[in-house]
Amino acid sequence: MPKSLAWMIGGDQGEGIDATGDVFGRVLSRLGYCIYGYRHFSSRIKGGHTNFTVRIAADRVLAPQANVEVLVALTQETIDRNAHLLLPGAPLLADSQLKPVLPDGCEARLVEIPLTQIAREVGAAVVRNMVAVGGSAALFGLPLEAFEAYAREKFERKGETVALQNVEALRRGHAFIEELGLMGRFALPAPRPRERYLMTGNDSLALGALAAGCRIMAAYPITPATDIMENLAGLFPRFGGAVCQMEDELAAITLVIGANYAGARAMTATSGPGFSLMQEGIGLASMAEIPAVVVDTQRVGPSTGMPTKNEQSDLLAAVFGGHGEGQRIVIAPGTAVQAFADGFEAFNLADRYQCPVIVLSDLALAQWLQSVEALPPEGHAIDRGAIVAQEELDRLTGEFERYRLTEDGISPRALPGMPKGQFLATGVEHASSGKVSEAPQNRIAQMEKRSRKLDPLRARPGAIETSHTDDAEVVIVCFGSIVGAVDEAVELLRQDGVRAGRVQVRQLWPMPDVPLAAALRGAGKVLVAEQNATGEMRQLMRIAGLEDDRYRSLLHFDGTLLSPQRVVAAVQELSVKEGV
Amino acid sequence: METVTLQDYKTSEKSWWCPGCGDFGVLAALQKTLVKLGIPPHRVAIVAGIGCSGKMGNYINSYNIHVVHGRTLPSALGVKLANRDLLVIAAGGDGDGFAIGMNHFVHAVRRNIGVKYIVMDNHIYGLTKGQNSPTSDHGQKVKAAPFGNVESPVRPLSLALTAGATYVAQGFSSNQAQLARLIEGAIAHPGFAFVNVLSPCVTYNKINTYDFYKQMLHDLDEDPEYEPDSRGRAIAAVLEREELVTGLIYHDPGSVAYEDALPGFAEEPLAGRDIALEEADFLELLASYR
Repeated sequence: MPKSLAWMIGGDQGEGIDATGDVFGRVLSRLGYCIYGYRHFSSRIKGGHTNFTVRIAADRVLAPQANVEVLVALTQETIDRNAHLLLPGAPLLADSQLKPVLPDGCEARLVEIPLTQIAREVGAAVVRNMVAVGGSAALFGLPLEAFEAYAREKFERKGETVALQNVEALRRGHAFIEELGLMGRFALPAPRPRERYLMTGNDSLALGALAAGCRIMAAYPITPATDIMENLAGLFPRFGGAVCQMEDELAAITLVIGANYAGARAMTATSGPGFSLMQEGIGLASMAEIPAVVVDTQRVGPSTGMPTKNEQSDLLAAVFGGHGEGQRIVIAPGTAVQAFADGFEAFNLADRYQCPVIVLSDLALAQWLQSVEALPPEGHAIDRGAIVAQEELDRLTGEFERYRLTEDGISPRALPGMPKGQFLATGVEHASSGKVSEAPQNRIAQMEKRSRKLDPLRARPGAIETSHTDDAEVVIVCFGSIVGAVDEAVELLRQDGVRAGRVQVRQLWPMPDVPLAAALRGAGKVLVAEQNATGEMRQLMRIAGLEDDRYRSLLHFDGTLLSPQRVVAAVQELSVKEGV
Repeated sequence: METVTLQDYKTSEKSWWCPGCGDFGVLAALQKTLVKLGIPPHRVAIVAGIGCSGKMGNYINSYNIHVVHGRTLPSALGVKLANRDLLVIAAGGDGDGFAIGMNHFVHAVRRNIGVKYIVMDNHIYGLTKGQNSPTSDHGQKVKAAPFGNVESPVRPLSLALTAGATYVAQGFSSNQAQLARLIEGAIAHPGFAFVNVLSPCVTYNKINTYDFYKQMLHDLDEDPEYEPDSRGRAIAAVLEREELVTGLIYHDPGSVAYEDALPGFAEEPLAGRDIALEEADFLELLASYR
């Protein structure tokens, strides 16, 4: 039995493809399956091909599948573009109204199903996609009741009629496939039911931020970050917070800095173009030692690039962007669970180290649905970092020294409103009082103070996560969402007798050089896999002294999701060429 | 009322402004007003921009944040949202507010954020040594425009009025009594209050001088014909006189501040709140992803 099966629905943008994929995935999730749901789409509102794939497995999967078992086509273009993904004999459910034609040489089984006609008979053309869902449920031999229950729940608020039309559409689609004798054409592995949630990285990151006490979010809409703003806009009013949709990203980042300066937890979320605009503000947060949480959900750049495609090419901009030498912490989640954890921890790090924290997400993590078993709020505690006590301010005879030179480089801050704590926070170089100073000795002392405070992070627990590295002859190093493809590749390679392992770098700056070196010590070969063209993480590793003749790169930058097969092929190539 | 003295608002810093700079008058009027109102320095946050005017925070013993060029208003909004009990004053120049930060000016106005915005408008770039600013007169000759400024000036007052401002005033830095009164009115106003101050640059602007303003300015506060209660009449009045007016130009008594209009926004400062999320709330939110 294969590890997973995949179902794809395709049509024109604006035809409810996403919503349909969401329904199919969510019901399967409730039935106990692990889901990975991903889309192909373009930067337009209506028209143009789009498709949604639901990968279904008994255990967690976080990468695309090479082929699909079932394709539902609402347009001829869907068939032309995707029929090659079907294995010979696999069903292609196409709306009869299309008068569908298979491409030359395609050996899939064309199943014409009168989706539009059935929908009209049911009484609403919009339920066409639900007819397809019902038919698909039959192909996989899934219980119709689960779909019916979900449809009732989902459409209840739209009224009894709408809910009944959807249920009827499901039944009719199911019956149609059953009559064709295709019921249970693809048997799914037995599910392992447990409490599971189906969410994107944007969903879980927003929850993490809320749990961490973030109550102000300022942003400018941009794909693929906007869901974070939209989710929090729905949640914050209940918890006393506010989402501010700003006029641009310059305003968003500086609002966040103002709010953090004044003692709230505030964040922004953006993608490449907006992140470029924020660089000056991020420099201010570094210089004035003000906490700030910035989420960059990367997409293909530079410039507008490919706004709906995945890439991990903002890494060096996250670490080194902007003028001067400012201190930042850069962390990168790869799964929805990690996005929750980082959405939470980013605020602790920002408060503790009084500097900008960049959470480097990416489009695939931000937008694709994945099964989550538990989000552990209990593992996280809020830490506001060093804030001066009011009693200490009351005892002061002189002025409060906000930027006092301390051994660990961290100086307690006062929050506006605290009597006798007044100080000047400025992007100009300043003395320990906060007052402007251009004295050479002061410049050196303050630069060194700001730099040394991040030193302990090089050994922060959790800065890397390893899997199967103990006996690995080849270790694949990665960050971000591609960890799903890498883990699956490791599994495939091990089945094939290749002892592969994986290191996921969770904190990219400061680079955790000591734990990384330790994890890679025994590896015969190190394959650094990244979704960019210039090997940005490998460049950072080189700066940290992590480079020798064992290191190779796998660079994937065509905008598509990295597949486990591509990783396997890269490792096999190493074996053939270099005899791992 | 707590006893607050002028000394409480002074810092040990020596001024970097040129002798005779109009900004001294603005600083003095602001300090006097804060003392008069008895607002203790720790309850005041001043957000300053880049330029001569941006140095304001160096000389006033409140909480101060000196931000990147042009972003005073969004930063000030952040401060206000984090701690709405603070008196948040944004201070900047005509370059900071009407060139690089123009975008934010218009949006702060239409949001009606609870921030008091004092612009020290000298019609010139002083700190970069004498280039035209967005409020410089048409034809003004400077090093960066040796054949004269071909652009028309921004008119901050009418711009604010058309964008929906709820408190618009203009002062002159050498008329301390009036300026202090206008700032006091701004502080009392719920929502965004804009006080543009004609603040001469004695080093680089030889046109918009103290003498020029003394001859040209018309004081609307003293004009028995003028009432600051109509947006339409206010726009007409300032345009008619090419904005060479002082006084309270417009005031909307029904103004509702942004932070009061936000749905569900906490009435007490966010900065002092317990921010931990209740487990029950968390689990309820999580369940919506089933």
